[in-house]
Amino acid sequence: MTAETTQLKPESLDEVVIRFAGDSGDGMQLTGDRFTDVSAVFGNDLATQPNFPAEIRAPAGTIAGVSSFQVHISDHEILTPGDAPNVLIAMNPAALKANVGELIPGGTLLVNSDSFEERNLTKAGYDVNPLEDGSLAAFRVIQVPMTTLTLESTKELGVKPRDAERSKNLFALGLVSWMYTRPTDTTTEWIEQKFANKEMVKAANLAAFKAGYNFGETAELFDHAYTVAPAQLPPGRYRNITGNIALSYGLIAAAQQAKLPLAYSSYPITPASDILHELASHKNFGVRTLQAEDEIAAVNIAIGASFTGHLGCTATSGPGVDLKSEGMGLAVSLELPLIIVDVQRGGPSTGLPTKTEQSDLLLAMFGRHGEAPLPVIAARSPSHCFDTAIEAARIALKYRTPVILLSDGYLANGAEPWLLPEIDALPDISVPFATEMNHTRADGTKEFWPYLRDPETLARPWAIPGTPGLMHRIGGIEKQDGTGNINYDPENHEFMVRLRAQKIAGIAHDIPQVEVDDPSGNAKVLVVGWGSTYGSIQQGARQARESGVEVAHAHLMHLNPFPANFGDVLAKYERVLVPEMNMGQLVRLIRGDFLVDAVSLTKIQGVPFRAAEIEQAIREMAK
Amino acid sequence: MSDDATTEPAGTAVKLGKKDFQSDQEVRWCPGCGDYSILSAMQLFLPEIGVKPENMVFVSGIGCAARFPYYMNVYGLHGIHGRAPALATGVALARPDLDVWVISGDGDALSIGGNHLIHALRRNVNMKIIMFNNQIYGLTKGQYSPTSEVGKVTKSSPFGSLDTPFNPVSLALGVEATFVARTHDMDRSHMIETFRRAHEHQGTAFVELYQNCNVFNDAAFEAVTGKEVRAEMLIDLKHGEPIRFGAEGQHGVVLNAFGECEIAEVADVGEAALLVHDEHREDPTLAFALSRIADRPTVPTPVGVFRDVIRPTYEAEVQRQLVMAAERQGPPDLAALLGSGATWEVN
Repeated sequence: MTAETTQLKPESLDEVVIRFAGDSGDGMQLTGDRFTDVSAVFGNDLATQPNFPAEIRAPAGTIAGVSSFQVHISDHEILTPGDAPNVLIAMNPAALKANVGELIPGGTLLVNSDSFEERNLTKAGYDVNPLEDGSLAAFRVIQVPMTTLTLESTKELGVKPRDAERSKNLFALGLVSWMYTRPTDTTTEWIEQKFANKEMVKAANLAAFKAGYNFGETAELFDHAYTVAPAQLPPGRYRNITGNIALSYGLIAAAQQAKLPLAYSSYPITPASDILHELASHKNFGVRTLQAEDEIAAVNIAIGASFTGHLGCTATSGPGVDLKSEGMGLAVSLELPLIIVDVQRGGPSTGLPTKTEQSDLLLAMFGRHGEAPLPVIAARSPSHCFDTAIEAARIALKYRTPVILLSDGYLANGAEPWLLPEIDALPDISVPFATEMNHTRADGTKEFWPYLRDPETLARPWAIPGTPGLMHRIGGIEKQDGTGNINYDPENHEFMVRLRAQKIAGIAHDIPQVEVDDPSGNAKVLVVGWGSTYGSIQQGARQARESGVEVAHAHLMHLNPFPANFGDVLAKYERVLVPEMNMGQLVRLIRGDFLVDAVSLTKIQGVPFRAAEIEQAIREMAK
Repeated sequence: MSDDATTEPAGTAVKLGKKDFQSDQEVRWCPGCGDYSILSAMQLFLPEIGVKPENMVFVSGIGCAARFPYYMNVYGLHGIHGRAPALATGVALARPDLDVWVISGDGDALSIGGNHLIHALRRNVNMKIIMFNNQIYGLTKGQYSPTSEVGKVTKSSPFGSLDTPFNPVSLALGVEATFVARTHDMDRSHMIETFRRAHEHQGTAFVELYQNCNVFNDAAFEAVTGKEVRAEMLIDLKHGEPIRFGAEGQHGVVLNAFGECEIAEVADVGEAALLVHDEHREDPTLAFALSRIADRPTVPTPVGVFRDVIRPTYEAEVQRQLVMAAERQGPPDLAALLGSGATWEVN
């Protein structure tokens, strides 16, 4: 079964944005994932955006229970999951209602007509069937009785109707696969492997998938299929990857490049739990994972492991960062390497567990009592989480400091193709342990001072238990520099506070300068972003340039300290726009640190910026 | 670096003395504090076990007891309030070769750190938790603690504390700790013997140590630990022996019809009726019943080892999984990991 059997020649598209939407129980995330994987292997560039409710299973058929997965595929480099879908697959009335508002006029709407019966219409809040009242006239509506056809296709197998109905998402996947001329073998292989031990489920899913594909080919609902050719990406081997998986791999790679075992301790929390799941399955890399009793224990267990010479790491989301503040402060005082990953989600409190937000920047910067500075870095795309994890480890190890790595719900679950890095090209981030006494007393006896610093990095020696002669005691109480002995002297405290701050500030000279994307070199407007807004800003700036507006874009990975040239970059532009998925947090730092009259652009809806929103703000500012 | 960084296993015999475990720091507890005798007992005991100081880690939280590691010439981690069991879990998880001790107090372990304590005990991480119980908050200058008696008048409870206190031994047995013991600061040899037993145990050992805070709660345990009353008030548990006490061994412990322990006169019930102590019973019920004999340290109180059973240690199980994963998944191959799943080539 291949695309060649299609009667009419497929129409070529340069890109398409498809959104699969259905009830939480309809398997839309899986359908989207499969379509993404097939497109990735096919060679498209792509970006995805899953969107699902926090409830495990909200009442079936309701708006609250709608789950969706948007995938943007193209024959050229793309940066975002797309502002609005060209194609919406709605498995029930609620999915239609929740998503149709974003479908572009003229877009294709593919609905499971079986589900548009009175009960479901009522649950979705429709008084009249929207398929019959002309309200969808702006779209190309294709009604397919997916449930009926799925049941029909599996009848011969002897599958119970209830079970057979579950395969209707594979029917939808088959149909959309035909529409976009996707090869079928990747999906059929996946089904065969995934359900290898469940003969009946495997057979039903295969039947439904093939039925969907064949339906596209034979039904006269479609005049032709479409193709989206492979994208011309830089040469090399690629895979599709989400932020959480990339981050997990980054931690494993960091430990290997540091020649240290990874000790990872965390408490389950959305959207960070996948990192624990992933790391727990790679114990052959010497990864020790521990699911702690709470967030506080998780960070302290990681600190304990770091004390003994492991790469200690913990990950959480905002609510967990609140609880880990105490532990992070201890690590600042102990001056031990530690990585704290914050996969940000909507707040405050429980907030929006499954939705994205960038509202923990100031928490990461300042959310500890006392003067407790630590480096903060942020990933800008799903695959960039890999590099960011290695950079976090590099800084943590070299400067013996906790480092906060900011990701977010969009990066965590979003996917993109990833050019696999050359292992040999990964940086060596190993640091030596102290093995010798480092101080001689007046009487000539040698001793070990745990806080005697490297003059360049200001890092203290890392002497791990088991090392003869270097026994020492460290703690959260203020200590004397050098000896590390408890010390309450007023001048010593001020000295230590300034010293710890100086150590972190000095990292600015050991990180790359911020690069500015300013193709013409004549832009007067600079857009400054951080984290997951990278794709939206980059795309928004491109669109602005296409309409003749010159604009520059600088994107920060290092947020504390800022790159050494950041002030100069800001000073070069007449106007500075700072888009953030929060109430304006980076903008405060910029205004405070550089006295720049930067303008904030905010969005706090649990979804990323659309490129068009950024473009519009740039055009306004350039007027 | 990895687990094999140490050149010799922790158990290698070496000749050491008390001085080898004393740091150069001036000990700064209040004069007369029970902590001095505990520190001294520990420093006298440690040379016996033949573990080099560099292979020992003492971890503490916050409180008077938490200063303990600073006075020990070993690796020390003075953490945050209540979190010592979590810090120590990280140490032991990463480095099963180390000898890990946790020094805590009644507020640190049972109040702010209660969650970490119970989970450490259930996990059975190989660490020795010595909880100094003085039934008061000392470092914050005299508020009632989770072991203070109901009605305790302190700065924070001028009309008397309303909180029902924990019985720490009952608590530890309730969460199925594999080793639970009690000792007190007035008897050096009993402390040392208890430390030895705790150290010999593979897994988490929980030791409640009655400690006198002579400034904020003086003589809290005098009724049972005082030299003159000790013989009549402390029930020294000995494995395999009928439980009896008193200057002439005239008192004993018997079980009633409800499975509860009661004090009886041996002359009345006969030696055969006495409960024979069995530390190694899998089921903690009997040990728990023993712990209920003395709800407050004003009546005859059992000391010694309540329970000592074998269960795999957490870090040994972690190591087992690491070995198993290496066998099943093969040696680590980062390139293979990154390229796992579907990949494609762009030319």
